[in-house]
Amino acid sequence: MKFAVLVFPGSNCDLDMYHAIKDELGEEAEYVWHDTKDLSGYDGILLPGGFSYGDYLRCGAIAQFSNVMSEVKKAAEAGKPVLGICNGFQILTEAGLLPGALLRNKNLKFMCRTVELKVVNNDTLFTSEYAKGEILNIPIAHGEGNYTCDAETLASLKANNQIVFTYNSDNPNGSVEDIAGIVNERGNVLGMMPHPERAVHELIGGTDGLALFKSIVKQWRESHVSHA
Amino acid sequence: MKKVKIYVTLRESVLDPQGSAVMGALHTMGYDEVADVRIGKYLELQVDDSERELDVIVKEMCQKLLTNTVIEDYRYDVEEAVSK
Repeated sequence: MKFAVLVFPGSNCDLDMYHAIKDELGEEAEYVWHDTKDLSGYDGILLPGGFSYGDYLRCGAIAQFSNVMSEVKKAAEAGKPVLGICNGFQILTEAGLLPGALLRNKNLKFMCRTVELKVVNNDTLFTSEYAKGEILNIPIAHGEGNYTCDAETLASLKANNQIVFTYNSDNPNGSVEDIAGIVNERGNVLGMMPHPERAVHELIGGTDGLALFKSIVKQWRESHVSHA
Repeated sequence: MKKVKIYVTLRESVLDPQGSAVMGALHTMGYDEVADVRIGKYLELQVDDSERELDVIVKEMCQKLLTNTVIEDYRYDVEEAVSK
């Protein structure tokens, strides 16, 4: 399976993402610059964390108009897995690929530590290798991860089972309903504030993030074998 | 040429943690009269006259890029720009 790791000016988790895929997952990965106009050669699209365009105006606001984003929209419409982590999540909400928005953390601080995440929905292509209710230790590093949406959106997120991860006991940013990660209605676009790509090896503090990437590959293999 | 002054604030329904922190500080300083603080952004655009209607393009720019209407409200004023 071949992943595109998108690189915007100011991305800084692109290397972690690339090595998680290449070295720990054992799949193909390529860095793809933000002005690329074709993503058709990739099976999965990864939007890494960082501070695209310096977080100017709003986090992810300027990146949403990069050339590559119209390709990301096409990939999402085609049903390819699209994963946005941290700043990648912010870009996906700004681009309208995911509902809601991310506000400044409630305590106004940049939070950088490992948190407990709960797998609320394991019936997605991103979480099938986890058990429902499983608790994961995954690092966070963000100043604006306070997920918010209106009551109507929240009700539809719940009704469609789109809330995938929540903070288990200790919500670091004040997000509504302790939300840490959501998928779109179709289930092929996931945005999350925590960094699974930083939890793929014992040497860096744990491997709880690896199963997320394994889930993506598993689903891709299954769908491509059955179509062959 | 016109000068467009755009004011962006968080929507009423959205908590403003910066505003709350600043209000706390003002209360500590003894300004108990302050009932609420909302922190926003101010943008100033110099826009050349064109065949496109100014109100239309300003609203477009606000909705597409300058604000996130999920969490923010905006209003704007237009002035004649003084040529330099």
